[in-house]
Amino acid sequence: MIGGHGAAVSLYPRLAWYGFRRHATYWAAALAGAFTNTVFGVLRAYVLIALWQARPGLGGYDVAGAVTFTFLTQAFIGPMQLFGGGLDLPQRIRTGDVALDLVRPASLQLRCLSEDLGRAAYLFVARGGPPTLVGALLFGVVAPHSPAAFLLSVALGVVVSFGWRYIVALATCWVMDDRGLGVLSMVLTTFFSGLMLPLAIFPGWFGDLARALPWSAMAQVPADVYLGTADPARALGFQALWAAVLLALGALMTGAARRKVVIQGG
Amino acid sequence: MIEADEAGRTFTVRRRVVHAVRDLSFRVAAGEFVACLGPNGAGKSTTIKMLTGILTPTSGRIRVAGLDPSRRRTALARRIGVVFGQRTTLWWDLPLRDSLELIRLLYKVDRKVFRERLDEMCDLLDLGGFLATPVRQLSLGQRMRGDITAALLHDPAVLVLDEPTIGLDVVSKAEVRDFLRRRCAEHGTTVLLTTHDLSDVERLCRRVLLIDHGRLAFDGTLDGLRATAPGATSIEEVVTDLYLRSRTTPRTPPPAPRPTPDGPSATA
Repeated sequence: MIGGHGAAVSLYPRLAWYGFRRHATYWAAALAGAFTNTVFGVLRAYVLIALWQARPGLGGYDVAGAVTFTFLTQAFIGPMQLFGGGLDLPQRIRTGDVALDLVRPASLQLRCLSEDLGRAAYLFVARGGPPTLVGALLFGVVAPHSPAAFLLSVALGVVVSFGWRYIVALATCWVMDDRGLGVLSMVLTTFFSGLMLPLAIFPGWFGDLARALPWSAMAQVPADVYLGTADPARALGFQALWAAVLLALGALMTGAARRKVVIQGG
Repeated sequence: MIEADEAGRTFTVRRRVVHAVRDLSFRVAAGEFVACLGPNGAGKSTTIKMLTGILTPTSGRIRVAGLDPSRRRTALARRIGVVFGQRTTLWWDLPLRDSLELIRLLYKVDRKVFRERLDEMCDLLDLGGFLATPVRQLSLGQRMRGDITAALLHDPAVLVLDEPTIGLDVVSKAEVRDFLRRRCAEHGTTVLLTTHDLSDVERLCRRVLLIDHGRLAFDGTLDGLRATAPGATSIEEVVTDLYLRSRTTPRTPPPAPRPTPDGPSATA
């Protein structure tokens, strides 16, 4: 299913391009999202500035680093879909449209991933740009330690985020409704990604655990790669490992869903 | 082209076993245009899902285009086309042309062959005027013509049509029927049509399969079906009579594998 010649090789890039264009159509939504992310970024920045003035050097960041961390993680909300969603799959499972996706001669998971990468690429610019820019103008942010490593880390973060959201979406097959799962996923993601507070400041076993979970690959790790507070090779390896684990789990679940699940309606 | 041998499918609902389809046996030869009728909840959708590889039969054996649908799903997907009248295979936010291009890539259709087939469909279905329109802006009739084109671009050996004319006005309905009859006859496509619109059946099909209570209740020509109710004046009356007669016999509940938040799901 994954391999193929000629036409299939260009299917996935084309789907990514479609994901990009599709989200570009809804530019007003992206603009509204960017505005909200920026405003909350300013509020969070003041809170963190107060915290870092009281405890300088906390978690290994200085004040400029903490401010940069704030705006970077705000910028990740869109591309990494830190509040969940971004996939059509739960809706398609609920309505039964997924039946049509299952009579296609290409992997459902890879098709979803391609579209999601296109979506993330658009939102990285449209929803990542404004908060970072405003943060730089109002407070000043530090320059990326290694832009290439940072971009790679963001890309891997998106794959991890997709891997997780795809699993949550497929779980709709086994539970009656995806809303409860969505809320659970949102709480886990916003906290353990480092969006709420940098994971670096949590001490002891809880900090170690939080930093080892997949969600940290979505915000904490790419922010650390940007700031140079993490070893790039180790950080990218950590993200790649979680990406592989979650994608493999998603693939297994796709197979199980195909065998077990009865598609609703029609 | 399609073979079912004592195919059955059961669902376990709250530890109770429900037979959605049982002992279904029939054969459809290459090039036949067959209608599949039955009241709501009779097992038509389950049958179609087994034939297309979405569901695995729990008993019996099914072959479509020589393949076991559930085991060779991907290989089969290249040889069948599916149109679900109540759903769309097209990408909502893309112009129709781009959706069809994605389908071309999905089915690995050669660019030149694609061009020729699309030109043919444009002629027959008059797609030219809305190829550049995003799918979400198409009328139902236009969208259905787009969906039918999408299902035929890879020139499938078997075409499964699930209520392809639902919601269409009389003119669109006639155009779609006309196109399907001509195109499938010319290409020798085997077609299985499920519908509740009996005029579809009268215009398109010589042979009728009637599924009821998950079993094959009738398999024969349209004339043969008429003969089962000699007093009836129209095919509607014949079928109404058959459906009503079957209600008086004890009935297995339709497959309702789990409750949905929006109430019981409809079977198409």
